[in-house]
Amino acid sequence: MHTMLKMTAAALAIVAANTGSTFAADLSGDFKIFLDTSNPAPRATMEKMIGDFQTLHPDLKIETTVIDREAYKTQIRNFLTANAPDVATWYAANRMRPYVEAGLFEDVSDLWAEPAIADNLASTKGAMTIDGKQWGVPYTYYQWGVYYRKDIFDELGLSEPTNWEEEKANCQKIIDSGRKCYTIGSKFLWTAGGWFDYMNMRTNGFDFHMDLLTGQASWESDEVRKTFANWRELIDMGAFIDNHASYSWQEALPFMVKGDATAYLMGNFAVAPLRDAGLTDDQLDFYQFVEINPDVELAEDAPTDTFHIPSNATNKEAAREFLRYVASADVQTWINDGKNLGQLPVNAQSSVDKDKFLEQGFEMLSTNSPGGVAQFFDRDAPAEMAKVAMEGLQEFMVKPDNLDKILSRLERARGRIYKN
Amino acid sequence: MCPSSPVSIDTCYVKRQAMADAGAPAVSQHNKPVKNSWWHNNQQSMTPWLFLAPGILFFLFYVIFPIYQSFSLSFYSWDGLGEAEYVGAYNYEELYWDDAFYTSLRNNLIWLVMYLFAIPAGLFIALFLNQTVTGIRLYKSLFFFPFVISQVVVGLVFTWFYDPTFGLLNYILGGVGIPPINVLGDENFVTYGIIVAGLWPQTAYCMILYLTGLNAVDPEQIEAGRLDGAKGLRMLWHIIIPQLRPATFIAFVVTIIGALRSFDLISVMTNGGPYGESRVLSFYMFEVALSEYGFRMGYGASIAVVLFLIMLVFIAYFLWSMYQEEKAR
Repeated sequence: MHTMLKMTAAALAIVAANTGSTFAADLSGDFKIFLDTSNPAPRATMEKMIGDFQTLHPDLKIETTVIDREAYKTQIRNFLTANAPDVATWYAANRMRPYVEAGLFEDVSDLWAEPAIADNLASTKGAMTIDGKQWGVPYTYYQWGVYYRKDIFDELGLSEPTNWEEEKANCQKIIDSGRKCYTIGSKFLWTAGGWFDYMNMRTNGFDFHMDLLTGQASWESDEVRKTFANWRELIDMGAFIDNHASYSWQEALPFMVKGDATAYLMGNFAVAPLRDAGLTDDQLDFYQFVEINPDVELAEDAPTDTFHIPSNATNKEAAREFLRYVASADVQTWINDGKNLGQLPVNAQSSVDKDKFLEQGFEMLSTNSPGGVAQFFDRDAPAEMAKVAMEGLQEFMVKPDNLDKILSRLERARGRIYKN
Repeated sequence: MCPSSPVSIDTCYVKRQAMADAGAPAVSQHNKPVKNSWWHNNQQSMTPWLFLAPGILFFLFYVIFPIYQSFSLSFYSWDGLGEAEYVGAYNYEELYWDDAFYTSLRNNLIWLVMYLFAIPAGLFIALFLNQTVTGIRLYKSLFFFPFVISQVVVGLVFTWFYDPTFGLLNYILGGVGIPPINVLGDENFVTYGIIVAGLWPQTAYCMILYLTGLNAVDPEQIEAGRLDGAKGLRMLWHIIIPQLRPATFIAFVVTIIGALRSFDLISVMTNGGPYGESRVLSFYMFEVALSEYGFRMGYGASIAVVLFLIMLVFIAYFLWSMYQEEKAR
């Protein structure tokens, strides 16, 4: 890996010299980076970015470790305490709380006081803040929404819906044509969390949703019941593919590719595999999740991925410099473009790549999400609650009649989990 | 003296002890001058302990100590990162109210009972393969094959087999006009579906145990039984199976242990789902303590304690029956 990094670094020396002349080049020592970007494309992007950083700081001995994304989620606990790198990737909001509270993440409020970050990353400051301090910097985020088969919509004479009635009318026509409206794979639960996020934010609004996920609202309240009643309308129509509890989100993709299902409520990362599977941009399109209750403002899910400095890091000076580098507008522009991560840059000075989904997502998040921007079900709720709740959501999707039992179970879990 | 004499080591040891107790410097009576060091006097009694020491140390450090730690941790609330807080029996109280715990416990019992099916199945295949035909070695290795491949691969193969849309199982069922079954997505079938996958390698394991056992069956007794007119099932039940008792015992032990630590198949095939219906205690423990959303080390430890107590019942039974056997000799 070292030689590969060096080669990349050498190849990019000229480019980097132009973009990064403002950075100090006097950093030295060992510098360990742990990444969870294990998929091939993000991995290459990260290695290229680190290569550029190496060129800027030739005296730094950078060592990059890429860990499988799922394994990373459990390993982070070990390496933060025992064998801390200098920089590590993670997620924003409540998902970082356990490590912040255990004192394993470094307070980087000083970086957030610098104008370059304070002015340009202000939109995510809230998601990075716990106890009034900031604990990392974001490098990318992505929109959620409904990705659908435009060709099938055209065939059936449907147009993008904007409200709940249209959504259901569309869905009925799709079902009548022998297809399913939505594909979903709920084996790993979180996909059901995405549906609940939208159903609840559209029914009761962003603020209630946050109250619920932070334990201030009851799972047995009328508001929550209303959300599930709306959701149940789709379930009773047979809108979702059968047997979704057996599939991961990737295993649910073929239903959409083959045209057995027409839409997928997903994050923008679903676009790449759908394109790889042969869907062209003419066949694939995106719309914002429809309005359900006209009285609440639209709010969106846009999970943010972040870089942090572990408290046990040894080269914190270099780590801070790396965070500044990752947060800078130029870097965020190119790492998020369509050839790399294919997501949205957080830095307000960055530009969004010419990609139909990124452009639509960027516009949606910047102009049509007045209610607020949520991270995601399992990032906004504490891990323990997220697990119990998402299991309940999956059960609800398969057995909607069990709702009362599920809600009372979640309410009991709420009493236990949030009591401290 | 002792080592060259035909008496067993034990008797030899006793003899020496007796001599040492009598205060006689028995060993060094002739030739060399008396060496009265402690080591010299206790050599015989210390040597076995010295040989055992590495094993005992590892056992203490890697088995006994963690058991103690699990027990003590189960009285704390700890997220694995911060300070542990003593909560008394709270974790056990939580277990008492936890539906997921009972689901896991029930599944553990189903595993225990169903998994034992591997023993008669293994015996049957072993009897079937215990003959001399051309290529029997090949057949034996083919039957043994599932035990060699990793549990993860077994899990994946069965997941595809069960796949509700593209799987072979539903293809076959469809052929005879039965509507498709989503084995791994149905809370009533899922545990049985996983157990069937687990039985595949476990049967192969029992088969191998019985095949070696069958080699040791005394042909004279079979001959004698035949003279007395025993055939077929009577022969099997009264002559063969009693002689296979050691193999059965081992097969029983490994199957029970295999059933109690069924983890990898569940993790690969369903990840505990649908909605936690296929969890067993070991998987649930992993989930609450160590998985992506797990931050409850104390709670996980209390599940581990319950699992340990269940295992202890079997371990005690195994030890007791081994002891009885030793005594009978």
